[in-house]
Amino acid sequence: MPNRIQEAFAKKGQNLLNVYFTAGYPKLHDTIPLIEALTEAGADLIEIGMPFSDPLADGPVIQQSSSVALANGMNLYVLFEQLQEVRAKVPDTPLLLMGYLNPIMQFGMEKFCQAAAEAGVDGLILPDLPLVEYEEEYQAIFKKYNLQPVFLITPQTAPERIRHMDTLTDAFLYLVSGPGTTGGANTQAEGVQEAYFERIADMKLRNPRLIGFGIGDKASFQRAASHAHGAIIGSAFIRALEDTPDAPAAAKRFVSSILN
Amino acid sequence: MSTSTTSAFQPNARGYYGEFGGAFIPEMLYPNVEELREQYLQILAEPEFQAEYQLLLRDYVGRPTPLFEAKRLSARYNTRIYLKREDLCHTGAHKVNNTVGQILLAKRLGKTRIIAETGAGQHGVATATVCALMGLECIVYMGKTDTERQKPNVERMRLLGAKVVAVTSGSQTLKDATNEAIRDWISNPVDTHYIIGSVVGPHPYPDLVARLQSVISEEMRKQLLEKVGRELPDYVVACVGGGSNAAGAFYHFLDEPSVQLVAVEAAGHGIHSGHSAATSVLGTPGIIHGSRTLLMQDEHGQITEPYSISAGLDYPGIGPLHAYLGSSGRARFISIEDEDALTAVAECSRLEGIIPALETAHALAALGQLGAGPEDVVVINLSGRGDKDLETYMKYADKLK
Repeated sequence: MPNRIQEAFAKKGQNLLNVYFTAGYPKLHDTIPLIEALTEAGADLIEIGMPFSDPLADGPVIQQSSSVALANGMNLYVLFEQLQEVRAKVPDTPLLLMGYLNPIMQFGMEKFCQAAAEAGVDGLILPDLPLVEYEEEYQAIFKKYNLQPVFLITPQTAPERIRHMDTLTDAFLYLVSGPGTTGGANTQAEGVQEAYFERIADMKLRNPRLIGFGIGDKASFQRAASHAHGAIIGSAFIRALEDTPDAPAAAKRFVSSILN
Repeated sequence: MSTSTTSAFQPNARGYYGEFGGAFIPEMLYPNVEELREQYLQILAEPEFQAEYQLLLRDYVGRPTPLFEAKRLSARYNTRIYLKREDLCHTGAHKVNNTVGQILLAKRLGKTRIIAETGAGQHGVATATVCALMGLECIVYMGKTDTERQKPNVERMRLLGAKVVAVTSGSQTLKDATNEAIRDWISNPVDTHYIIGSVVGPHPYPDLVARLQSVISEEMRKQLLEKVGRELPDYVVACVGGGSNAAGAFYHFLDEPSVQLVAVEAAGHGIHSGHSAATSVLGTPGIIHGSRTLLMQDEHGQITEPYSISAGLDYPGIGPLHAYLGSSGRARFISIEDEDALTAVAECSRLEGIIPALETAHALAALGQLGAGPEDVVVINLSGRGDKDLETYMKYADKLK
């Protein structure tokens, strides 16, 4: 039986929009209202960031939102409590949890996967969980709870490694657009990025591909989506939530500015 | 430098010392770290590398550093104390042993751009120094708080041609400087080598840095044989922040169970004061900077900010080797409070005419707790000199009387 992520790709095929936000930002209890608003406005997948004090793969915007979320009192216990009601309100949109390993290790990996599965989460993006550790330590637990791992691919990732990642998931592959952390500008020479996207497209992988890092507006979304099945927006969305009195309304405006 | 791989205290193929170590890095860093992992042992063993490294250690760093019999300190503690004078290395601390080795490694990997993190600035200066020597671009990440409290080292790095980036994210200290250096490496995946300054970070860094620092204990064994007629002391004592000088001082004694290894951490205002850096006591297993080790964190796995009067010891983790040495009982951990470290600064200065760095003073302050007898030979790794801490020593002049 296909999972929600596969169903979303099967239904839409291309131009899928995956939006990231940091749980607990801008306010502790914005999580569910933001997921509802993003879904209503047309986001195809939603990545819920689990804030961490030292997010190595993230740029300043997501680090700052994480600091605010932690100061607001966000943690995994609070998050899973909030997510108890999410599937009653948003039954179909694929939900992924994104975050770093250390808070999960303190919570307990099996307990974490069980809580995620019970909340109706479909996939996990854990950038500092390396492939070898995943396969040797955690794959069995992910499978037990039917959670899909999402692996990151960069321009430097070797083809055989990409093919191997492709066999380990039934979700999508996350193409990091170029060198840098989240929210950075594309500084690559013209054509370099396209050549990389096309090289991966030509591999005819089993899983669909989403492009992320440095995608922030309609133009960059459309450009990225044209080389894959869609794209991921994070930092630009976090910026749109800054200083807003009404986060759900800002979320709807933001998604609409990308899709319409 | 060691090229042996037979010890029980060597990491396994995935970089684990027991349950500690590994390489928990995002995919963006995988090619760089993997390249290093595949090549470091081979490059370190090459005769040309060894020739160049040994020559620089001798003529540039000033090795071997003396092993000095500290007679007045010995009389004070009624035991036989020897000081391994790493403070006499070029740039004033042991840090340069590692940067000389890593810059040669970086050149062999074809890298043209060097990045580093620094807390007190000693590793930053040691990195800027070798980059100047080799004509390579150098960028040093330093927490903004640290740039303010260690101004002379900032100026030294600039004078050596390095670019110093003041890090304003997070707590603006060593932990955040390390985060920013890692982010730089993610953004520059092809031409850049990251010279980590301690036995921390993803495999193979803890092992690479330990091997490059192991010259300290290699020399100790030879010098002890000459001076006391036996290669093995009864105690080796070193301070631990991340743990690079301790790793180097312990390295060739790891498999000698008669040698007591003593790692000295900074207790700050007191272990349970909430202002401490005693990771072996306060830390729990987790992941920091790509390594599974002991680290200071809250119940939710958020990394907490350590405190020590010494900028070189206020790191919230320890290297995975040290986590293993502690948990396996091979090394004994002692923690020393700020005040006792300051007392040790005064004592070593007055009794031996040697002004130690604040970090090193923690190791000296442990002398009273060792339980060493009159015939025991105690080697203290005198990891750095105190010039950089003069401002702190002036501030606490009343405590140094």
